[in-house]
Amino acid sequence: MTSTTTPRAGRDHAPGREVPAPALGRRRRRRRDWWGYLFVLPALAVYVAFALRPIGETAYTSLFEWDGLTLATWVGFGNYTELFESGVLQSTLGHSLVFLVFYALLPTAVGLVIAGLMTRIRIRGLALFRSVLFIPQILSSVVIAVAWRWVYDLGGPLNAVLDALGLGGVTRAWLGDFDTALVSVGLIGTWVQFGLCMMLFLAGAQRIPRELYESARIDGAGAIREFFVVTVPGLRTELRIALVLTTIFALRNFDIVWNTTAGGPGTSTTVPSVYVYQGAFLTREVGDAAAVAVVLTLFILVVVGAIMAALREREAR
Amino acid sequence: MTRRRDAVVSHALLVLASLVALYPFLSILMLALNEPGRRLSGFALPENPSFGNFTNAWERGGFSDALVSSLIITGTVVVVAVLLSVLAGYALGVLDLPLAKVVVGVFLLGLVMPYEATVIPIYHQMKEWGLLGTYPAVILPQIAFSVALGTVWMRGYFGSIPATLREAGMIDGAGKLQVLRHILLPVAAPAVGVLATLLFLYTWNEFLLGLVLLSDNPDARTTPVALSFFAGNRRESDPGTTAAAAVLVALPVLIAYVAAQRKFVQGLLAGAVKE
Repeated sequence: MTSTTTPRAGRDHAPGREVPAPALGRRRRRRRDWWGYLFVLPALAVYVAFALRPIGETAYTSLFEWDGLTLATWVGFGNYTELFESGVLQSTLGHSLVFLVFYALLPTAVGLVIAGLMTRIRIRGLALFRSVLFIPQILSSVVIAVAWRWVYDLGGPLNAVLDALGLGGVTRAWLGDFDTALVSVGLIGTWVQFGLCMMLFLAGAQRIPRELYESARIDGAGAIREFFVVTVPGLRTELRIALVLTTIFALRNFDIVWNTTAGGPGTSTTVPSVYVYQGAFLTREVGDAAAVAVVLTLFILVVVGAIMAALREREAR
Repeated sequence: MTRRRDAVVSHALLVLASLVALYPFLSILMLALNEPGRRLSGFALPENPSFGNFTNAWERGGFSDALVSSLIITGTVVVVAVLLSVLAGYALGVLDLPLAKVVVGVFLLGLVMPYEATVIPIYHQMKEWGLLGTYPAVILPQIAFSVALGTVWMRGYFGSIPATLREAGMIDGAGKLQVLRHILLPVAAPAVGVLATLLFLYTWNEFLLGLVLLSDNPDARTTPVALSFFAGNRRESDPGTTAAAAVLVALPVLIAYVAAQRKFVQGLLAGAVKE
C-alpha cells in the first residue's frame, strides 16, 4: 500500500506545545482544500460519464426485456432467472473458469517454476530475454488470434509436426472441433501470459535476500523445499500482481475468443463477454446481454477481491 | 559442477521460452512472405520471398484509412488522458483533499471493471448523439478508462515524492499549478513517460469498443477492427494475405516497442496494480 497519509500543514515541524496554531491552520486549510478538486474534476467527470454511469445503466437495462429498438418491458429479475434456468449462466461462467485455469493459473505456475529453477544462478542477457518474452503482451489480440488460427489450422504447423511425428491420426482443425476448441483457445491465453509471469517472478526473486537461501541450505533443505519455503513466500507481492492481472484478462477475454472461434463451434467456447456482444448487437436480446454483463462484473470483483485478500501484504509498507 | 549444470539448464529454458514466445508471429511472417496464392502447408520456408501478399492486403483491407484512424484516436486519448491524470493524480496525491481516499477508491474500481459491461449503454448513447462511426464515439470512453489507470498511477508517483520537495514550492508562495509545473512535473517525467507508453499500447490494441462503435463506418475503423473484418472475410483473402495483414497491423507497435522497450517493460511489470 502506498502512503495514504497526505502531508498536513505543520505536522512535521510543529513541536507539541504549539497545538493551537497548527490546529487553526489545519482547519483553514481544510476548508480551502475543496478547491483542490478542481484538478480532479475533469478526470472524474469523464470517468463517471463514460465508465461508471454506463455500468449503472447496464444494471438498470438488465431488468427489462428489450430488443434495443422498440419500447422495453419491465421484467424485474426475470432475465436473470431465465438465464439461470436455461443454463446460459452456468455454461458461460463454466467456460470462464476453464479459461481462468489456462489464462491465469497455468502461466503463473509455469512462471513460478521457471523462476524457482533460476534462483541459484546469475542470468546472462536477462534484458534481451525479457524483451522477447514480452512480445505476446504488446501484440494486438486480433493479431494474436490470426497467428494462432494459422498455428491450429488444418494445414498449419501444429498438424505438420504431429504428422511428422507419426501422429497423423490426431490431426484436426483444432479450433473447429467441439472436443478441442476450448482447450485450444485456453492455451493461447497461456502463451500470452507466461512471459509476463516469468519476468515478474524472476525480477522478484532477485530481491529475496541471499541469506534466506543460505540458511535454508544449512538447514538441509533441498531444491524443492527451498522453492516452497523461501521462493514462493518471497514472491507474495509478485504473485498477487500476476494473479490479479491474468485473472482480469482471463475473465474479460473477448478479443481472442471472438477472433478465433466467435464462441463456437456451437456454444462450446462462448464466454460471458461473447454472449454480451452477441446478445446486445446480433440477436437483439439486450436485457439478457445486460444481465450477463452484470453477473460478469460481479464475478470479476469477487474473484479479484478474493485473490487480494488471500495474498494480502503482511506488513503495511 | 552442479552450478554449471544449473546455469546451462536455465539458459536453455530461457531460449526455449523465447522461441515459444516468438514462434506464432514468426510463423505468420513466413506465411506472409510467400508468393500470393501459393498453396501452403506446415513449416515450409518461403522459396521465393515476395511482398505480394502485403501489397494485396494493404490495398484490399483498407489499412491506410485504419492506420490514420488509429493514430488520431490513440494520439487524442493518450494526450488528453495523461493531462487529466496528471492533474487529478497531483491533487489526490499531494494536496490535502478531504475524502481523497474515497475518490481514489472509485478510480481503482475502473481498473477492474470490464468494458463489456459498459458497451451497451455507450452504444445507445452514441447512437442518440449521432456519433456512431465517428472518432469521438471511441475516444470518450477510452479516455474514461485511461484516466482511471492514469490517476491511480500518477497519484502513487506524486505521493512517493519526498514531502520536503513538495512543500518547498508552497512555502515560496507559488500557486498549486506552478508547483506542479515547475517542481513536480520535471521529477515525474519518467513516470509520465511510462504511463503514456502503457496508454498508447492499450488504446492502440483496444478492440471491443472499436468493433461496437465504429463498425458502421469502414473509414473510421481502427487497425485491429479492420484486421478482424479482413480476416473474417474468407472470400476476400487467403491465409497468406490474412497473415500479411496481421503483420502489417502488428508493425507499428513492434517498431514503437523496439524504440522504447524499457518504458514498455517497466509499465507492464509495474502492472496496473499499484494500490
